[in-house]
Amino acid sequence: MPREMNLDKSKMVVVEGSYAVAHAVKACRPNVISAYPITPQTHIVEDLSQFMADGEIPNCEYINVESEFSALSALVGASAAGARCYSATTSQGLELMHEVLFNVSGMRLPVVMTIVNRAVSAPISIWNDHQDTISQRDTGWIQLYAENIQEVSDMTAQAYRISEDRDILMPSMTCMDGFILSHVYEPVVLLEQDLTDGFLPAYEPEHVLDPKNPLTFGAFADPNYYTEFRYLQEQAMQRALKKIEDVANEFYDIYGRYYGGLIDEYRTDDAEIIIMAMGSVVGTIKDVIDKLRDRNVKAGLLKIRSFRPFPAEAIKNVIRDAKVVVVLDKNITLGLNEGALFTETKSTLYNTDVRVPIIGYMLGHGGRDIRIETIERVIDEATEVMKTGIRIESQFTDLREELL
Amino acid sequence: MKILPGGICDAGTTRVNKTGGWRTFKPVYDYDKCIKCKLCELLCPDSAVHPRDDGYFEFDYDFCKGCGICANECPKSAITMVLEEK
Amino acid sequence: MKEIRIHGRGGQGSVTAAELLAVAAFADNKFSQAFPAFGVERRGAPVQAFTRISDAPIRLRSQIYKPDYVIVQDSTLLEVVDVAGGLKDDGILIINSEFGPETFKLDTKARIMTVNATKIALDIIGRPIVNTVLLGAFAGATGEIRPGSIMDAVRERFPGKVGERNSEAIMEAYKMMEASI
Repeated sequence: MPREMNLDKSKMVVVEGSYAVAHAVKACRPNVISAYPITPQTHIVEDLSQFMADGEIPNCEYINVESEFSALSALVGASAAGARCYSATTSQGLELMHEVLFNVSGMRLPVVMTIVNRAVSAPISIWNDHQDTISQRDTGWIQLYAENIQEVSDMTAQAYRISEDRDILMPSMTCMDGFILSHVYEPVVLLEQDLTDGFLPAYEPEHVLDPKNPLTFGAFADPNYYTEFRYLQEQAMQRALKKIEDVANEFYDIYGRYYGGLIDEYRTDDAEIIIMAMGSVVGTIKDVIDKLRDRNVKAGLLKIRSFRPFPAEAIKNVIRDAKVVVVLDKNITLGLNEGALFTETKSTLYNTDVRVPIIGYMLGHGGRDIRIETIERVIDEATEVMKTGIRIESQFTDLREELL
Repeated sequence: MKILPGGICDAGTTRVNKTGGWRTFKPVYDYDKCIKCKLCELLCPDSAVHPRDDGYFEFDYDFCKGCGICANECPKSAITMVLEEK
Repeated sequence: MKEIRIHGRGGQGSVTAAELLAVAAFADNKFSQAFPAFGVERRGAPVQAFTRISDAPIRLRSQIYKPDYVIVQDSTLLEVVDVAGGLKDDGILIINSEFGPETFKLDTKARIMTVNATKIALDIIGRPIVNTVLLGAFAGATGEIRPGSIMDAVRERFPGKVGERNSEAIMEAYKMMEASI
């Protein structure tokens, strides 16, 4: 349920998004940080290096490495040894980690990474879209997407609570839009150290890699065992659905800040048109919805915070009574001509009694700005769908036809 | 047996998996020729050569696969490969 | 909500100016947002930075296309960038120049104002760094922000003598612009 947020302006400071995240990481008291700098993630690891140099992160080791592959591999060992581990990356860096992502989740190591979402080459782009994390959706990492820098910094503490829970033990990516959030300056309450010490106790793993008491992690599993490991991971993901909600509620009780659990809703109660989206664009959508509501267009927003695990039930309950659903994706599954949120939302509904028309738009690729006019146009087109039915199910929008 | 999430288990579990039965020829020491040079222990790919208190070595036939590297490398030809009686 | 676009060249502190404006606006009890024009910047290349100022929390994440105010740090940019592009008719365009506003024939109905920020910077700060000076001019020309808040933000970012001299230059530019309204 949507909740009232009481932002205390006297506690807010105007800082860069990357700084807010680095500060939140510090407040979570990590034991090992290992990361390789890459635009637009760089400011986060620079700020963390500065904190380390200034002695502000006690009982922590910052490991310099020569690639993202090594960064995450170092954390596999560190996390198995019982350390609370952190890294941050983006785009090609995340893709280079691909193999290690499976190792971390397969060994059930509760590593948390901030992913500063960026497009993937080629062509080279340093700007934002969601292709990098969406391409890693099957690696067994929880994926949470943030709307603003307050949410992504607070999400850091939430992610550790979710991941380190013994019923879960799955790693988390907290996703923030590159440049749009990482390089923006805006007022934020920096994650409070005193509250965080209460909210997030020290990580106490059940099994620890220790030379004095040797254990094997990520053992060989022949065909008699492998399936069961995957099954256990999926069970943990299903339990995470509730855990993500619980942790968001507990966070609200302690800090007074709430952004939704698996999802959040904005003016959906009587909405005929519901827009689904993830990340920073939901802020722009809220402004557009307010504007359209003044013109009696019954539009609402379904914000997806958790893409993994996928909140199928929550989505169904929100869109059940809508007349049309519009899904916005900053990614594409090449060869399907659909964005991932669109595809998965549709598949969620197939064997149910929910029969609402759904259309998908792929936009904002490689940093293409998503303007108010674009949101207004897709809502206009959704209004047409209510009258005429679906004509085009999934399409690119804001295409520059003159270049083709 | 139950599996633990993450594939976590005791270390060194291959010890229960005795592989010596694979062997056709088995190495045998002639201690009169042995000069305790330790090459056999260093070169054994299965860690199946163990030192004794008296400085000589002995084979762990539970894990020796009979590859013959020790016999081949022994500078004093103190190891003979003998057909296994099975 | 008011939207401000700052034009400069890489290395002239446009992004810093946008950030300081956001810090100052928040100190004035407004909400604010500052961001660069996410480009591949290098020293000397034309760059832009943006600030939004509002009474309510700012949710909008798109770039700024119809600014209320434009600040130009270097008048040579007028030859290479459409600095007046999208500027609202009732807006204000502030240019760092030794010449008067009538010198500039731009395609805009907005009011053009000039300030010799380079001279103020050289006289008071001793270096031709104009970003903070132009923020003082912005405060004087628009009344959107208290000059004291800008001075506080600058002193916090640049403690000591540098901050003090910048504050002095900000006040000088503020008074000049306020007088010319």
